[in-house]
Amino acid sequence: MLSRLLSEVKEYTLPSVLTPVCMVVEVAMEMLVPYLMASIIDNGVYAGNMNHIYKIGLMMVLAALIGFIAGILGGRFAAVAAAGLAKNLRKSMYDNIQTFSFSNIDRFSTSSLVTRLTTDVTNIQNSYQMALRMAMRAPASLIVAMFMAFYINARIARVYLIAVILLGCVLALIIASATKTFREAFPKYDALNESVQENVSAIRVVKAYVRENEQIGRFQKASRAIYDIFVKAEGKVVLNSPIMMLTVYTCILTISWLGARMISVGDLSTGELMSLLAYCMNILMSLMMLSMIFVMLTMSAASAERIVEVLDEVTDLRNPEHPVWEVKDGSVSFQDVSFAYNYEKGGKPVLEHINLDIKSGEVIGIMGATGSSKSTLVSLISRLYDVNEGSVSVGGVDVRDYDLEVLRNSVSVVLQKNQLFSGSILDNLRWGKEDATEEECKKACEMACADEFISRMPDGYNTHIEQGGTNVSGGQKQRLCIARALLKNPKILILDDSTSAVDTATDAKIREAFRTQIPGVTKFIIAQRISSISDADRIIVLDNGKVNGIGTHEELLKTNEIYREVYESQTGGAGDFDETEVD
Amino acid sequence: MPGPGSRNTLGRPGPKAQNPGKSFKRIMGYIFKDYGTHYAWVIVCIITSVLCNLQGTLFMKELIDKYITPYLLDPNTLPNFEPLAKAIFRVACIYAVGIVASFVQARLLIKITQGTMQSMRNDLFQKMEKLPIKYFDTHTHGDIMSIYTNDIDTMRQMISMSIPQCFNSAITIVSVFISMIFLSWQMTIVTVVMVGVMLFCTGFAAKNSGKHFVRQQKQLGTVNGFIEEMITGQKVVKVFCHEEAGKKAFDELNNELYDAASKANTYANALGPINAQLGNLSYVLCAITGGALALTGNVSVGSVASFLSLNKSFNMPISQVAQQFNSIIMAMAGAERIFGLMDEEPETDEGYVTLVNAKKGADGKLEETLEHTGMWAWKHFHKADGTTDYKPLEGNVVFDGVDFGYTDEKMVLHDIVLEAKPGQKIAFVGSTGAGKTTITNLINRFYDIQDGKIRYDGINVNKIVKADLRRSLGMVLQETCLFTGTISDNIRFGKLSATDEEVIAAAKLANADEFISKLPDGYNTMLTGNGANLSQGQRQLLAIARAAIADPPVLILDEATSSIDTRTERIVQEGMDKLMNGRTSFVIAHRLSTVRNADCIMVMEQGRIVERGTHDELINLKGRYYTLYTGNSIA
Repeated sequence: MLSRLLSEVKEYTLPSVLTPVCMVVEVAMEMLVPYLMASIIDNGVYAGNMNHIYKIGLMMVLAALIGFIAGILGGRFAAVAAAGLAKNLRKSMYDNIQTFSFSNIDRFSTSSLVTRLTTDVTNIQNSYQMALRMAMRAPASLIVAMFMAFYINARIARVYLIAVILLGCVLALIIASATKTFREAFPKYDALNESVQENVSAIRVVKAYVRENEQIGRFQKASRAIYDIFVKAEGKVVLNSPIMMLTVYTCILTISWLGARMISVGDLSTGELMSLLAYCMNILMSLMMLSMIFVMLTMSAASAERIVEVLDEVTDLRNPEHPVWEVKDGSVSFQDVSFAYNYEKGGKPVLEHINLDIKSGEVIGIMGATGSSKSTLVSLISRLYDVNEGSVSVGGVDVRDYDLEVLRNSVSVVLQKNQLFSGSILDNLRWGKEDATEEECKKACEMACADEFISRMPDGYNTHIEQGGTNVSGGQKQRLCIARALLKNPKILILDDSTSAVDTATDAKIREAFRTQIPGVTKFIIAQRISSISDADRIIVLDNGKVNGIGTHEELLKTNEIYREVYESQTGGAGDFDETEVD
Repeated sequence: MPGPGSRNTLGRPGPKAQNPGKSFKRIMGYIFKDYGTHYAWVIVCIITSVLCNLQGTLFMKELIDKYITPYLLDPNTLPNFEPLAKAIFRVACIYAVGIVASFVQARLLIKITQGTMQSMRNDLFQKMEKLPIKYFDTHTHGDIMSIYTNDIDTMRQMISMSIPQCFNSAITIVSVFISMIFLSWQMTIVTVVMVGVMLFCTGFAAKNSGKHFVRQQKQLGTVNGFIEEMITGQKVVKVFCHEEAGKKAFDELNNELYDAASKANTYANALGPINAQLGNLSYVLCAITGGALALTGNVSVGSVASFLSLNKSFNMPISQVAQQFNSIIMAMAGAERIFGLMDEEPETDEGYVTLVNAKKGADGKLEETLEHTGMWAWKHFHKADGTTDYKPLEGNVVFDGVDFGYTDEKMVLHDIVLEAKPGQKIAFVGSTGAGKTTITNLINRFYDIQDGKIRYDGINVNKIVKADLRRSLGMVLQETCLFTGTISDNIRFGKLSATDEEVIAAAKLANADEFISKLPDGYNTMLTGNGANLSQGQRQLLAIARAAIADPPVLILDEATSSIDTRTERIVQEGMDKLMNGRTSFVIAHRLSTVRNADCIMVMEQGRIVERGTHDELINLKGRYYTLYTGNSIA
């Protein structure tokens, strides 16, 4: 997992390598200070040699200067490397997501993909930067200080070694126990957030039922639970500091005792004693730092895992090696098609043994209850998913043999869950055809009955659409989406419940425009409203993933029970008042 | 942990606080309110541990001057380590006190921090529940969520680290400064001058990093927004083969973010080396000064050694405060948003008419009672003559010339006049934005009207206590909101005291019992994430059951427009019909069957009722309703 992440460092390898180098230089310079200090005391002050003091002092200034430069450079390199890694991770994930098939996207939820691209990457960026700066620095300073201590006086240095080992063990125990408690804390934290989330989105229900006080009580319980678990978890972590202090103080006193005795017999000098005390602080501080790094890295391990999952996800749909570059016509045929989401994991088939033959230019209505796999059926035509058994052909060629882009440009789908993007109306329409002129756009909008409301907007086709298309009504949005799909000049047009928010009259007008202006295009219309499909050439009734009946409106009324039932419940032309537009 | 659809970085006020002083005072107020004594102890502990630490540092002088130098100067002295042992024991005791003090301080701080966060969260939530619906209309869910998560989190750092750290640093600086002067004023001058240099450099780096951090936050917001939009629309991207164009736009934003992030962190990372190396430089300069002074005999070697330790202790707090700088700025901005929510105007309630249990007295008049009689009455106290009268709760609703706008500038409802007699069914039809939902939101006073009157059983709704008014109204909203908990918890939401039998009876009435009993855990099935494990139709049935169990005389129903399939729809419809039976109902109708058997249909257009009457009357009118109904022509 780590190596996969690190492979994304790419062009930032040099700063990534240079950071620890700079850090080691900085540490080395820092470690020199106490050593030089000892020399000042012993050979300068006690020996009464002012020149020596100046000489060593100059060396110390030099060391500080080199350390300063190394430190600043290290900081710069680390910042560049970490920000660069974050950039590359975002890019690689984003690029890989672009190759995802629909089933890949389904596997991750949208919100989880967004979190992975944002929060998780930021976590990794911070951890990487810290790791680069500290992961080398802390052990280096520990080792150098230890080495210097042994060099000065091995007997006293042994005290450090014992202290380091003891402190190390205790810190490890504390951290292990604290991380466990923190893990327990996260679900509680989620529960609290969920409580807020629910109350924010359901505030009308809460108020309508006058349940404010009960909800407050619930929240306070969750918030109390957080308090308890965090006091427990952090209570363990704070043991760190007194234990650390205890070790430091014990070391200082032991060294003072041993040192004073050794000095009296001439085994140690005053300056050396002082530098030993300084190294003692350095050693124990580095140990503390190491334990912190460890905590932070374990916490970001989850983020790393989630990122790697996205990076390593391989798309289900591949372009064939020698793709077909042209879609001949709009004929579609299904030959014994079966399909299941999550087929490999034993998913239940949602389409079974579908056989259909549709001629170019036919209008096909599709109806059936929710969950009868209407959307799934049509999504196989533009190869949004691959079939498990049988084959789907467009223009007489298996969809798997086409170049994906060629296929999808000939098969235009208006998705049920459709979306407009922030930008002008023209920008949005040009998704269908990048270089479309304003006239082309206007023509498509006229056909989709969208021109009538666009031209009435003050900014017309340059009207800005907010993120998610929140500033147009549901019906307007649907018509814009249809116009966008028309701009592709497709051979096959699929409308997946795309006029549900458009009033019946406009719906009829759109269909009429299709009939007269693009008669050669094969049209698939999925709808709940019988009136939207009753004039289709043929209607397919789906039930539980199987074709229950095919025929014209009149035929089905006579022969198909499901169809008749739905028809009767919607008596007459307009069965409902769904979101009718005022135009 | 942003919730679904949150845009926590978008459109939020920047990381800069407007009035940090005021926010700081309020944070301290929060801390002292519940943890005043705790905090006093923390201060005592901080002072104690700082002083103990200082004693330890000064011990160096004693050690060298008293116990080491004499032997060095006169090697013939017989070693006598007894006084040293005593001194070490004394210092050990001081250290022990210091350790205990710092441990107690840490423990107390956890309690204070977590406790303060807890009470802030509780206050936030309590306040939020009292806010008018308008607040939720004007703030995105993501922004509100972010106050509970990101902003409260900044408080943790602030209370547990920044404040004590600053306090500790202040005490350390003062006490160390005094000790330094006692040891050597010359070296003190060197140290202070170097601190000045340090502060200057730190300020420079902090200012630059702050500038770029603001830019980074902004860029991060843009990138997050882009990602959210594109990933949400990923399927559309695929269908239109728009991948490459998206990649290009993303690369641009991504590069800008990289630029801001690397610059911001470069400056932030510089803080460490600046402080460390300038600190070392200060140390060296002191060593040289000290060495020179020791040679001339002005100070003892022990004093120099001690001073050098003090020099470190003096520089340390300054770099620590510098490192807290960014988190303090962030905490202040967070605090401002937290207090911003707490300072919002709550929903006001000047009502005084209450809903009470009633029974028929001997004289046939209504009397108040504490028992649950199943009969309710409005208790209306008349201030003018000091009398109280009781009116039975019947469910008569009258709109009299009501005007309403979400803002005073733009009215969305004009001169609405209507009456619903007890048990009648009123249907609203019309296009999106015609004001159907708005009307229903006025009856339960989610919003207050600008002009006209709404009367419930003859009483102006403004006079009725809001809680009682809402209790007498049942609501089934178009978007079903369920809560984490079991199915029976969710149904019981309508009546907390309901028995299991009542829950099942309500579910049966709503046609929900059939699917519930088929679930493996039946009524104890846990629902999470707004009932994500149920279908939309099933969620609607639960919402109907929830309204049924409350058994209100007046119902407000917003029929779902979503395309649930015909069969499920029929089940839902039946449930709704059973629920409406015998109650005054206001229905925002999308279905033919609903409007057909309504007592009166209101056709709405642009905030006005343009036609009214029964189905047959309206059809014969051949007006707007006729157009909607037949779908033959567009007006």
